[in-house]
Amino acid sequence: MSVEAREKRQPWILLSPALTAITLLLFIPLLFILVYSFWLRTATGADEVGFYLDNWREALTDAFYRDILLHTLRIAAITTLLCAVMGYPAAYFIARSKGNKPVLLLLLMLPFWISYIIRTMSWINILGVSGALNTFLLWIGIINEPMQMLYNEATVILGLVHFLLPFMVLNVFVSLDGIDETLEDAANSLGATRWQSFLQVTLPLSLPGLAAGGLLCFVLGAGTYITPLVLGGTSDAMFANLVFEAIITQLNWPLGSALSLMLLAVLGVLVMIYNRYLGMAQLMKGLG
Amino acid sequence: MAERTTSFGWHMIRGYAVLVYIFMFLPVMVVVLLSFNASQFGSFPMTGFSFRWFIELWENEAILRAFRTSVILGLLTAAISTTLGVLASLALVRYRVPGANMISTILIAPILVPEVVLAVALLLFLNFLGVNKSFALLLFGHVIFTLPFVILVVQARLIAIRRDVEEAAMSLGASPVQTFFQVTLPLMLPAVLAGALFAFTISFDDITGTLFWKPGGVETVPTQIFAMLRNSISPEINALGTVMIVMTVGLPLLGAAIARQLSKKSGL
Repeated sequence: MSVEAREKRQPWILLSPALTAITLLLFIPLLFILVYSFWLRTATGADEVGFYLDNWREALTDAFYRDILLHTLRIAAITTLLCAVMGYPAAYFIARSKGNKPVLLLLLMLPFWISYIIRTMSWINILGVSGALNTFLLWIGIINEPMQMLYNEATVILGLVHFLLPFMVLNVFVSLDGIDETLEDAANSLGATRWQSFLQVTLPLSLPGLAAGGLLCFVLGAGTYITPLVLGGTSDAMFANLVFEAIITQLNWPLGSALSLMLLAVLGVLVMIYNRYLGMAQLMKGLG
Repeated sequence: MAERTTSFGWHMIRGYAVLVYIFMFLPVMVVVLLSFNASQFGSFPMTGFSFRWFIELWENEAILRAFRTSVILGLLTAAISTTLGVLASLALVRYRVPGANMISTILIAPILVPEVVLAVALLLFLNFLGVNKSFALLLFGHVIFTLPFVILVVQARLIAIRRDVEEAAMSLGASPVQTFFQVTLPLMLPAVLAGALFAFTISFDDITGTLFWKPGGVETVPTQIFAMLRNSISPEINALGTVMIVMTVGLPLLGAAIARQLSKKSGL
């Protein structure tokens, strides 16, 4: 075989195990649940193979599912917004700090390595009836009896922000770190105030990082079901909880398939819009 | 620009950043603090300092079993994921592949598909093929979920290794395979270790997919904690949390230190 032909073939040999794995374990299963979502769950509990629209009709028209979907998207949006508001200045601080940037970044990334379930549950220690905050407030005498602060929508958002903030900080940091600082100086020397040069130079240049961080926070936030289970109340279920309920608890696999594809479609549209305007390369920068 | 870091605005930003750091660390610190609480309840007020919950943890069969499962699963996931990821990264960085962007997007797709959906799809498909909920399903799921992260980490580092060194080895008569094992692999070892560590940690921490894929009776550490949380938050969970914090923070730091040593030794 010629050297050229080998050069052409070799990368495909190297890529084939990973591509095969992703095709077999992700893409084909996704196509498979598309088919499955048209099957019918019968009263006996068996699935009837065929082309039925019942699951989709139920998933798309039942107000129960629609409300929870909207609730999920709302929670993800608020979480993303809070992550941006908290994460951007923190990332800016790290990127423009004269101190040891890697250490500052690592410090903020450390909680990212700490187990998700531990981080989620740790808020019970803070906000619980005999948690740190209530104990403190009782001690200084602001309140006379412990307040119930847990198990509502706010604590679900709090837990999600705590979980997702590092994704935002990392993406914004990568973006800010790549901006030449002398650009700001140039703006300043041309008469812009520091605030103006930030708004007109630095912020626009860092928007791709903000968008990448936002996309990750939103997608991961909207797909979660552990946080509402641990920190939410009985009415704080998110869409992924419905999927879990249908698949694991009720074993209604056709309906569960339709519901998970619905979630995938909603978030997929978002990813596609993102990809259309910013491209996946930006996302990979911030993830690596 | 000495003034930039002394201005009023900068002080505001720094103060804000400190608050964000506190927000990130406070809950974790409280977990560690409460794990040494002598009281029966996993909450305030603290009644004294004690190691008793760590001892109870050490004697808890269920947790130890979950721990073993998680470690084995994490190691296997890391081995498979890193192998696949390193091969794919080599292809993408070292060769001109038609449609490289498209392939990269396909390879990171598992991150962009919500994990719940990925979990349902894989569970139903493998069940259809006759693979019941099992350790194998758990392993497949973890591999597919960690692979994109490994590829991103390894690819980023591989770009920094110069092609010339490999070409030099080949011009001196080394075969491509020899070149890989004697030149490229040692040079990229820090990235490979970082990727493996990443895969291990993500696998060890995963709960969303694991709850879908795990067979009845098998628990990993996160699902075990989750099951324990249904009762109430016991001091034992805080102790377990502390152990995991030490592990998950300590291991990557150790890994980073080793990687730095290795890359120093190799002179790059």
